[in-house]
Amino acid sequence: MFLTSVKRLRSMGIIGMNQRNFGLIGRYNPRHLYPLVDDKLKTKRLAQEAGITVPQLLGTLHYHHDVKQLKDMLSAYSQFVIKPVKGSGGKGILVITEQDHNLYYKPSGDAVKLSHIERHVSNILSGLHSLGGKPDSVMIESLIQIDPVFADYSYEGIPDLRVIVLKGYPIMAMLRLATHASDGRANLHQGAVGVGIDIGTGEALHAVQYGDPVYFHPDTRKPFSNLTVPHWNKLLELAAACYEMTNLGYLGVDIVLDRDQGPMIIELNARPGLSIQVANFAGLAPRVAIVEALEDINPDPQSRVQFSKRNFAAVRNLIRPRRRRTHHTASALSFS
Amino acid sequence: MHASARLYTVVILILFTGIGLILYKHLALGFPLMPDEKKFVWTIEAKIDFQAHGEPVIVSFALPPKEPHLTFMEEDFASSDYGFSELSSDEEQRRVQWSKRSAQGAQTAYYRLSVYENDKMIESPPSDDPLPPQKPELDEVFLTASLTLLETVRAKSANPEIFTRELIQTLNSPSPNQNQRLLRNDKAGENYKTDLILNLLALEGISARVVRGLFLEDGRRRQPLTNFVEIHDGQKWIIFNQDTGKSGKPKNFLIWQRGGQSLLDVIGGKNSQVSFSIIQNIHSTRNLVVNSGMHTQAGLIDFSIYSLPIEQQTAFKMILLLPIGALIVVIMRILVGIRTSGTFMPILIALALIQTTLVTGIVIFLIVVSTGLLIRSYLSRLNLLLVARISAVIIVVIAIIASISIISHKLGLSQALQVTFFPMIILAWTIERMSILWEEDGPREVFIQGAGSLLTAVIAYLFMTNRTVEYLTFNFPELMLVNLALILILGQYTGYRLTELYRFHSMGRHHVSDKR
Repeated sequence: MFLTSVKRLRSMGIIGMNQRNFGLIGRYNPRHLYPLVDDKLKTKRLAQEAGITVPQLLGTLHYHHDVKQLKDMLSAYSQFVIKPVKGSGGKGILVITEQDHNLYYKPSGDAVKLSHIERHVSNILSGLHSLGGKPDSVMIESLIQIDPVFADYSYEGIPDLRVIVLKGYPIMAMLRLATHASDGRANLHQGAVGVGIDIGTGEALHAVQYGDPVYFHPDTRKPFSNLTVPHWNKLLELAAACYEMTNLGYLGVDIVLDRDQGPMIIELNARPGLSIQVANFAGLAPRVAIVEALEDINPDPQSRVQFSKRNFAAVRNLIRPRRRRTHHTASALSFS
Repeated sequence: MHASARLYTVVILILFTGIGLILYKHLALGFPLMPDEKKFVWTIEAKIDFQAHGEPVIVSFALPPKEPHLTFMEEDFASSDYGFSELSSDEEQRRVQWSKRSAQGAQTAYYRLSVYENDKMIESPPSDDPLPPQKPELDEVFLTASLTLLETVRAKSANPEIFTRELIQTLNSPSPNQNQRLLRNDKAGENYKTDLILNLLALEGISARVVRGLFLEDGRRRQPLTNFVEIHDGQKWIIFNQDTGKSGKPKNFLIWQRGGQSLLDVIGGKNSQVSFSIIQNIHSTRNLVVNSGMHTQAGLIDFSIYSLPIEQQTAFKMILLLPIGALIVVIMRILVGIRTSGTFMPILIALALIQTTLVTGIVIFLIVVSTGLLIRSYLSRLNLLLVARISAVIIVVIAIIASISIISHKLGLSQALQVTFFPMIILAWTIERMSILWEEDGPREVFIQGAGSLLTAVIAYLFMTNRTVEYLTFNFPELMLVNLALILILGQYTGYRLTELYRFHSMGRHHVSDKR
């Protein structure tokens, strides 16, 4: 089947771009709050104030003449990530995993010279990767250490988790795995694998690449049926707390799991995409309706997470036919 | 849903205003809704020449009657240093007079008339009452010949109409008998024949008069007026061709003057003559309506784009097409869900395509952009700052355009010269965006967005070059309101986009879901 029917999509509660722009972004995300999430430095400061774990900031560069100090700034660290402060969609991110004799190594193993990094930084400063091409700043962050759970499920990049938070309630989650086809990036339309994650348990539910179901990672051949995201409760609470931090009602929270420090927020998105529905094989609309039907928003992120786990847990797992836990045990377990 | 109720009120208001204005212009002011209605407008110039000899000059000239089925767009009178006045305001017998205290040598006066047949009125014969026929004074021989001729004709006819036709045919017979030859006097001119027919009709007691008119044929110069004979059969006037006897006014025959008054009188001059030249113009009905609207000061036309100078009007023709392009972009993005690089870049490409024609434009666009991408990929290795790089791309684009022009000119491909119609900055930006897209999202995304932009541009182009669309947008700027209302409604559309039916196609595969 090449096209699906409108009726089918509607019955599944799939939200389309127009509905998202109009009913979610337009309704819940006041435009004046966008700078909080579009500027990653602001997000980071806000998160630190709110006690939310974020990757450590190693340094920032604001002007072209700062580029000369780059070598000194980087000399202390062998691993770091260079990001545009106002970048979007993972654009302009340079990851260095090793420094040796004035050569810097990318995760792919390619060695680059300092001049390459300097050029990358000056491109960012000129606004090459920022929204609307405006001049930008550069931030250098500590590199996240991949959690061993994900080691078998990733090609080059670090898997990140996208949680959709509506009015403070996590309603859907997806794990994004870089593949060889996606060139180590976590963008679904470039061939990264999206794995729908059960809100109730953190277990993998369903996985897609290029919109079609897959059952194991295309590069490592590991089946997704064994995949469970650790620190699930902590992770959801972090995501839920971002609502108080930003006041954005429809928020995409990108979270990575660090081997040592656990879940941390790397990016917030005020216009999260809709592929998460394909990865979960479920529509957002019924969950949006449940949250919208609430009379008031519980001010406590932990209670909100419990509500979400109760209401949005998967009834049936598509890649794990048998149910191992019930909702109650799942939520009880996550307290431990 | 307070906000949406308000929106729909606004939409309906805008929609009705727009449609109302369009209907008003169509129904009350006569604007045609389709561009194909064309009218022939005749421009007739009468040139009056005479020799003056230093005495006071008065020139009096008959003008064509204003008949209801004709619309006189313009009448001009020109002659140097002459006093000028219109003599009678009578619609039937209009005369104009030029005068001067003293004039010497060759003199010329002009009268120019632009006229077209409107379709408000059906042409009707004149309704004035005839004068009783006056018995002509003829010498004996002539009278006898006339009476004999009338005798034969009368024997073959039943009423004045048949009588007249028979009379004219007999007079024009190719094998005249002696009688006819005497009357006819083949050496005399057209006016003689007219007088002869009128005299014979007067002898028979039929009221008749001469009708002078002009056959309207494009590009004629130095035309004389043609004489017709008009008789009154007791109820109505009937017009006859004096050479063939056929009754009825021929097509494209403009009646200039009825009755025996002179066409041109010149006092204080000699060798006077008048000659006519005729040009046919094709005007759209719209122009004519606008013109007559300008004269009658219809507010909607007086305060409209038509009141601007022609040059600005042409610019507006283009500008008024933009909303159509915008509508196409809205439809393509909201309903179809096609991704384009830059929201309104497709419209700008479409505008360029209008100048270059479709195929040439697309080929040029592809050549310039792909060459630009190649060079841009080299520039990206040179380690340049963004602004410098875009500037470099602009210069490269100009160089590409120049070389395309020169090479194609040498090869004799004149179409490629139109490359200059593409806005330089747009091309440079397109190349820059595409190459960033290439680096970050891969060639697939470049292809998708590039194809999306071109497709949208081509569709917008097809609409914007449609003659009907072009005509409607320019002549009914009110359509913009309708367009605006449509866009406002589309802005409320929250259903699925067409491409989303593909994007979510795997959702239709099996009936499993975890919704609660």
